[in-house]
Amino acid sequence: MAILDKHKILETNATLLLICSFLVVTIGGLVQITPLFYLENTIEEVEGMRPYTPLELEGRQIYIREGCYVCHSQMIRPMRDEVERYGHYSLAAESMYDHPFQWGSKRTGPDLARVGGRYSDDWHVAHLIHPQSVVPESIMPRYEFLMHNMIDGLHLKDRMATHAMVGVPYTEEMLTNAAADFSAQADPDSDYDGLLERYGDKVNVSNFDGEPGISEMDALVAYLQMLGTLVDFSTFTPDASR
Amino acid sequence: MSKKTDANEVPTTGHSWDGIEEYDNPMPRWWLIVFYLCIIWGLGYTVFYPAWPMVNSATSGILGWSTRGQVADEIDAQLTANAAVTEKLATVELASIAENPELNQFAVNSGAAVFRTWCSQCHGSGAAGAVGFPNLLDDSWLWGGSLEEIHYTITNGIRNEVSEDAHYSEMPAFGDILEESEIVQVVNYVMSLSGDPQDAEAAAAGATIFEEQCTACHAEDGTGDKYQGAPNLTDAIWLYGGDYDTLLETVTYSRFGVMPPWKDEVGGRLSEAQVRAVAVYVHQLGGGQ
Repeated sequence: MAILDKHKILETNATLLLICSFLVVTIGGLVQITPLFYLENTIEEVEGMRPYTPLELEGRQIYIREGCYVCHSQMIRPMRDEVERYGHYSLAAESMYDHPFQWGSKRTGPDLARVGGRYSDDWHVAHLIHPQSVVPESIMPRYEFLMHNMIDGLHLKDRMATHAMVGVPYTEEMLTNAAADFSAQADPDSDYDGLLERYGDKVNVSNFDGEPGISEMDALVAYLQMLGTLVDFSTFTPDASR
Repeated sequence: MSKKTDANEVPTTGHSWDGIEEYDNPMPRWWLIVFYLCIIWGLGYTVFYPAWPMVNSATSGILGWSTRGQVADEIDAQLTANAAVTEKLATVELASIAENPELNQFAVNSGAAVFRTWCSQCHGSGAAGAVGFPNLLDDSWLWGGSLEEIHYTITNGIRNEVSEDAHYSEMPAFGDILEESEIVQVVNYVMSLSGDPQDAEAAAAGATIFEEQCTACHAEDGTGDKYQGAPNLTDAIWLYGGDYDTLLETVTYSRFGVMPPWKDEVGGRLSEAQVRAVAVYVHQLGGGQ
């Protein structure tokens, strides 16, 4: 086969070999990545997804800052053991407002994709302050300082605007009320009707850390308590061919 | 093994580095065969399994296999294998489970698995609880320790906003109601119910306040009321702690322990059979009434 004999030209010319290798890798990459942007069954339609509330978004930022993703994944794989332990396998649509996504690749601790509502706020606070007080087997470090770091949420409007820039559907109204919604969610005695109107009735309004004021603990627990709770699985029929 | 080749019969690549030349041996035949077989196998794979991206969706493969289908099949297989016994567990009278040794054993063992997965984070791997999360091994039950009561509590949870039938009660924060000195007195009185108060004089004065403020839930003798989740204050078992400082905090700010509902129909994550299994498991740990 004549063409197979020509490989000597490639093998003896480093620049040509580099250019042709690059072409091969490019084609391979395009074939794998491009269809994700146009195939209709890549991201399926689900009911219930909404953008993060300001307090949850702030909590998510703390989650990223503290590197929670280093030990905790947020991706329940479609396998029986994972589904039975953590709940329904994760859907692509559930990460659609995550910039960046928190799927992670390492589980030193358990997966957190559906941790929302699984424990009480008190448990999360006790556990973050001193994990071994509730789970003696745990090797998680303490995050007691989150209780003492008070936050005001003043910069949140800018962060939400940035998220809106990359496609999160924050409305003008949501941006204007960012600071008000931020403090309303952490105070059950406040007037939080506007917050529920903008983000839905299922938003948790609670004094998450049980102390006055809004601490980083409030924000992080608010974020953890909504993880994986948005999609309405009663109206969801999985497309088997995915 | 390949035959030894006579060095003189093999051509060289023509390269020469400081007089060292490189043989241009052909690829071994077995290697080439495996290489071409892999390509054929790879093409065949794309026919049988999901592979090529097309205009609207990717080819799904003639075997119809998918990861999602595989999970569903595996879960179905497990459910089908246990269908008879889980069906029985989910429908018989709760009290009659203990009379059927086979069913009871299934309930205890599968309940233990449910407990370790969903309950141990708060109540501990051995069910001994933690500060704020009740010990399930002792005889003290906030909301009742019969099998029915445990089943109800697991089904609906406590003070959550998910299940409408969740147990609910709320201790007032007495810091808003009583003077600080009165709180000190009542704390001392409560300590005297199960042991020695810090200040006997204050404890005596606290009896009146206890009678006025606390007996509606904790009963006149301080033994509590399981219908309101009011703990017995006369034993040595404390959910948050029975020392002076902790009691002072509890009475001043109150407590509001929450447990999520677990039954799927009221917003939880477990089937009726699983709820019953874990109820039977917790009931037989030692404290069940």
